[in-house]
Amino acid sequence: MADPKKYDNRLGLKGWWGGGRWGFERYAYTLHRLTGLGLITYFVMHILVTSSRAFGADAWAEWMGNVAGPIFHVGEFLVVLSFIYHACNGIRLILVEFGFVVGKAEEPIYPYKTSLNKQRPLLIVMMILAALFVVAMGYDYWMLH
Amino acid sequence: MRETRFWTWHLLAGIAILIFGGLHMIVMHLDGILGWFNPAGGSALDWANVVVRSQGFLFPVVYIILLGVTLFHGFYGLRNILLELGIGRCGRVTVNILLVGGGIVLFTIGAVAAIKAMGV
Repeated sequence: MADPKKYDNRLGLKGWWGGGRWGFERYAYTLHRLTGLGLITYFVMHILVTSSRAFGADAWAEWMGNVAGPIFHVGEFLVVLSFIYHACNGIRLILVEFGFVVGKAEEPIYPYKTSLNKQRPLLIVMMILAALFVVAMGYDYWMLH
Repeated sequence: MRETRFWTWHLLAGIAILIFGGLHMIVMHLDGILGWFNPAGGSALDWANVVVRSQGFLFPVVYIILLGVTLFHGFYGLRNILLELGIGRCGRVTVNILLVGGGIVLFTIGAVAAIKAMGV
């Protein structure tokens, strides 16, 4: 494996916590990573727990009983929240990655414009969409079960 | 070039998760409001509903696709976060081996369970 170029990751994990000149998008980035870490941790457990269905109704009931306490109930809703945020913010990131909603490239004439401001309405729309899903799934989760 | 290809797969896997994972979340977490793919009524986790979803062709296939793309998307994202910490060449090799190995083991467990559950 070739050694990649070394760049000083000066702030390391500390860089996740300060938005600095990147503004609100930096906190969206940090939350995207935190929710991603939470989701992959849950997903590993989810694979192991739900695989019990292959062993029949008794195994399924036993495993569902093991994860039925109030801590798991609250934890599962946090997973739902994380998924909603990660998905909605992920849509924004993919659109920005492929060059949508950041405006056309133009000459840097003072006062300079930043593409961050061009895509910010999309961030707001995606967070409103996320809030709608949170309300719907929260109602289903806490009121109907 | 290889990392660019992996990054593109990471994004495409994200889109696949959005579709299949979104459907999964709607089935599991809007079951009270919509009740999709839960013919026995009640909770999506009730054994009768689990059996119906496990025995058809659609859901096991979707589960296995979702399993693969989610493991790739999640473990590649985790790898990026770990490698950004500057863990050195030995650390990079260890992370790669653990994540690829762990991903293959988890995929095998989940895929075998999905196939075996078709006969419950």
